[in-house]
Amino acid sequence: MNLILDALAWIFSPDQYGPGGVPTLIGQHLFFTGLAFGIASAIAVPLGYLIGHTGRGREVAVALSGAARALPSFGLILLLVLLIGVLQIVPAVTVALVVLAIPSILAGAYAGLEAIDRRTIDAARAVGMTEWQILTKVEIPLGLPLLLSGMRAGVLQIVATATLAAYVGLGGLGLPILQGIQLRNYSQTLGGAILVVVLALLLDAVFGVLEQVAVPRGVREGRGATEARAASRPARAQALSGAAD
Amino acid sequence: MSIEFRGVRKQFPDGTVAVEEFSLSIPSRTTTVLLGSSGSGKTTLLRMVNRMVDPSSGSVLIDDEDIARVDPVALRRRIGYVMQNSGLLPHRRVVDNIATVPRLNGVAKDEARERALALMDTVGLDRSLAGRYPRQLSGGQQQRVGVARALAAEPNILLMDEPFGAVDPIVRTELQQELIRLRTQLEKTVVFVTHDVEEAFLLGQQVVLLERGGRIAQVGTPAEILANPASDFVAEFVGADRGRRSLRIEVVHGRQVVVDADGRPAGVLAAGGPAR
Repeated sequence: MNLILDALAWIFSPDQYGPGGVPTLIGQHLFFTGLAFGIASAIAVPLGYLIGHTGRGREVAVALSGAARALPSFGLILLLVLLIGVLQIVPAVTVALVVLAIPSILAGAYAGLEAIDRRTIDAARAVGMTEWQILTKVEIPLGLPLLLSGMRAGVLQIVATATLAAYVGLGGLGLPILQGIQLRNYSQTLGGAILVVVLALLLDAVFGVLEQVAVPRGVREGRGATEARAASRPARAQALSGAAD
Repeated sequence: MSIEFRGVRKQFPDGTVAVEEFSLSIPSRTTTVLLGSSGSGKTTLLRMVNRMVDPSSGSVLIDDEDIARVDPVALRRRIGYVMQNSGLLPHRRVVDNIATVPRLNGVAKDEARERALALMDTVGLDRSLAGRYPRQLSGGQQQRVGVARALAAEPNILLMDEPFGAVDPIVRTELQQELIRLRTQLEKTVVFVTHDVEEAFLLGQQVVLLERGGRIAQVGTPAEILANPASDFVAEFVGADRGRRSLRIEVVHGRQVVVDADGRPAGVLAAGGPAR
């Protein structure tokens, strides 16, 4: 109990609100998270839509996603730093975070399209929609909840793993954790860990709300909403267990 | 608009031959029913008309134009299509579902909605349902929306793929009567697919009875097929062999009762001409 109080005291101590304090660390953490999330989405969403719309390349995507999920995050960061070069730490860390987030987002994008009743899409084609119109007017709106659920898992993966950026000197909320261990200042370590958890929970809540809002009104009472929620649960559990390694 | 199938064949990539060789001419402004069990290729044939399926060989002509040379999207927008499970977009309101094709063709939103509301009257839907979503409607209402959507582009051809197959018998009868009413009112070339003999005989001016692989067992009016079944298959399919179609009159309590060969009363002979 004392330890937690000490950790909270560390978080709220005036020292933490000068240069290099908690707000800066949170800023750095969010910056890396946002950057990696943006890049991962820019790659995974179009690719997932392509797979989901055409139904081709699914096996390859599943295999690659599975392999990427199995990668140890810390090892990947160190390997990339070594490969890309010690002077290119920022791209190395970003690439590692992007690689970790792509599987969830990719799966969300194509699963969202695959979950749509084939007959709905067949009818859209039969009344004279172009393939592009089928994608933008039917598939994307109906697949949005599952995409957001994949993004939710992906962003949690990133926000948890971004802690490791401190190991290669990039700051973020991993810094007080790492320093605390070295200095045997465990209230600081715990303080950093609590902040990461709070940040993760907040992002989770934001995406949770977005997911609900994204369910089209005509579908909300039906199967769409419950399915999206059920699908997001295992994904979330996996993302959180990813935070442990 | 007339439709002509010229020696079409369809073999799917997995090797299944859905249609071996099929030729048929469908006159303008008539209702032709493709009647057959599953595996007879009837849906495949129907979907060739709007290029949802392209024949492996042979051609389909609409008003003597080979549709293989027509852009499929443009073609589909001028052909109405009604399917078994209405195929409505679940995230759009009824009025917007009906307005789908006019909106795709660039009609302004207000005008398209106005037309959609008018079409709801045509197919017998209360305008108060316009703001509902498809899932909030009954099966029969959804089918009516499906028909309204198919009519929205003012097509000359209407393709109907077992449109009343999934609704209960009472609603089905209602929808069938509605279609007969619409048909006389709208003068469209209708191609209708069903496995139900009664439905085919009720709606079809020309009935095409199909065997496996899209082979034509017989083409004719319902009366011609009943009077002169071309083969045992046809006789069996329409029930002529079981005596269900050979009716005789018995007088019971002074009224003329029509009885089939098994002795089952089929109805009472009405005084005037046929109701239709």
